[in-house]
Amino acid sequence: MSVTDTHRTIDAVWRIESARLIAGLARMLRDVGLAEELAQDALVIALEQWPQTGVPDNPGAWLMTTAKRRAIDRLRRNKLLERKHVQLMHELEHERESAESAAEMALDDPFGDDLLRLIFTACHPLLSMEARVALTLRLLGGLTTDEIARAFLVPEPTIAQRIVRAKRSLAKSAVAYEVPRGDELVERLSAVLGVIYLIFNEGYAATAGDDWMRPSLCEDALRLGRVLVGLMPREPEVHGLVALMEIQASRARARTDARGNPVLLLDQDRTVWDRLLIGRGLAALEQARRLGGELGSYALQAAVAACHARAPTAADTDWARIAALYAVLARVMPSPIVELNRAVAVSMANGAAEGLVLVDALADEPSLQRYHLLPAVRGDLLARLGRATEAREEFERAAALTQNRRERKLMRERARACDRT
Amino acid sequence: MRCMVIVKATADSEAGVMPGEELLAAMGKFNEELVKAGVMLAGEGLAPSAKGARVRFSGSQRQVVDGPFAETKELIAGFWLWQVRSLDEAIAWVRRCPNPMAGESVIEIRPVFEAEDFGEVFTPELREQEERLRAQLEGKR
Repeated sequence: MSVTDTHRTIDAVWRIESARLIAGLARMLRDVGLAEELAQDALVIALEQWPQTGVPDNPGAWLMTTAKRRAIDRLRRNKLLERKHVQLMHELEHERESAESAAEMALDDPFGDDLLRLIFTACHPLLSMEARVALTLRLLGGLTTDEIARAFLVPEPTIAQRIVRAKRSLAKSAVAYEVPRGDELVERLSAVLGVIYLIFNEGYAATAGDDWMRPSLCEDALRLGRVLVGLMPREPEVHGLVALMEIQASRARARTDARGNPVLLLDQDRTVWDRLLIGRGLAALEQARRLGGELGSYALQAAVAACHARAPTAADTDWARIAALYAVLARVMPSPIVELNRAVAVSMANGAAEGLVLVDALADEPSLQRYHLLPAVRGDLLARLGRATEAREEFERAAALTQNRRERKLMRERARACDRT
Repeated sequence: MRCMVIVKATADSEAGVMPGEELLAAMGKFNEELVKAGVMLAGEGLAPSAKGARVRFSGSQRQVVDGPFAETKELIAGFWLWQVRSLDEAIAWVRRCPNPMAGESVIEIRPVFEAEDFGEVFTPELREQEERLRAQLEGKR
């Protein structure tokens, strides 16, 4: 195997092992930052040694043993807490008896508690949202700082800084390295889900195809979601989030035409929707339902997405059901934007007039004043009701408000079309 | 990216010899790891080609040929569909797969064609999610 090949292999091994490695070390050291550094040290040693010695049979155990030895060195040098020291010495002694198996045991975490602790720590509410995202991708996704920077279109030093500061804040505030329980769990879990979904949306809302890293963000988020499902199979909203992401990702191929122009949901070629992902999404949604209780906001959004996924053609869409789901969503997660979506669904189910009543109720909503989709939706409903002059005004307003060139063009076209009727 | 990971057939698999208990257990553990890592999308084992059929196309003609088929090494005995970040990652996973057959065997990894590009305009439904995220981001700063 050439040096380059070995490096590529190490890269792949790192991606597979890094989260478990960091999580295991963090359990022993009670310090995520230090755990990450030591894992990196082990990686550097692998990069030096493996090209000569070859890739070991159990690369994960090798990395763990190496990192633990470094940990001992480091602790001795820094004369850190005696307690940590003793615990590590203890583990290393075990290892001497059977080096590989002890390291394997350290990695063997049947309940995945190490990983869960790491996820909850990386997504700690103490950290800014940006820091949570960077830390999660770094510690759990195994992405390099450079890869995260490219994915978020910011300079690498910015991400590096964010990670350093995040690790420092965690260390300084002595955040308990544990999985929260009871009431706290609900809140903290929603923070974790928020981070994963934000990563997904960063990929999904990417502006153009030349950013090849961004679709991979969707894949990273989906993978994190699937990992979390395995770790917390009894939490319906985890299944709900995965369902939502799987179904949305299923449409990726249909969202642009051959020229890269955006294609709206109802105009998409449904034959290119990814049936495998739809199937997985529907199964995840079913799992969320089966676990009982009222559906959460992710599961409800997934249920809306599922209505679209199940309809063989746009005309077959069950708009009454979608409207009903949005009504529940508006209760679980009140938001003017949810109301606007509900208005669209109601107009599709019961006619434009009924939808218009709901839209007009939003006219004074402060958060929607600069939101171009409010006049765009209103214009559409007015046009369907034959009120061309008013519709034209709304489309003009929407065109003035949107930041998106293609959308502005579309709105102008619709405004002009009103003149012809 | 996605890869199809193909377990090639052997004389044993074509003869319908079922894997032993030990191999089944090892394979089960491996599959569990794949699921836990969020890698596994799908996977199935296939019945011997004796139970299958082929449809041969020649212009507008179609001819059905029943199994078994002779070229054992070209046949497949099972497959997975994996979500990985690179071919190297898929290789790293295959390296830790138990030997799927009693004797010599081959696992082939083939990347799936995928459209890399994502569009930029979203429906109100998607907008709504984006807006909410932005609100969340601003709230947490």
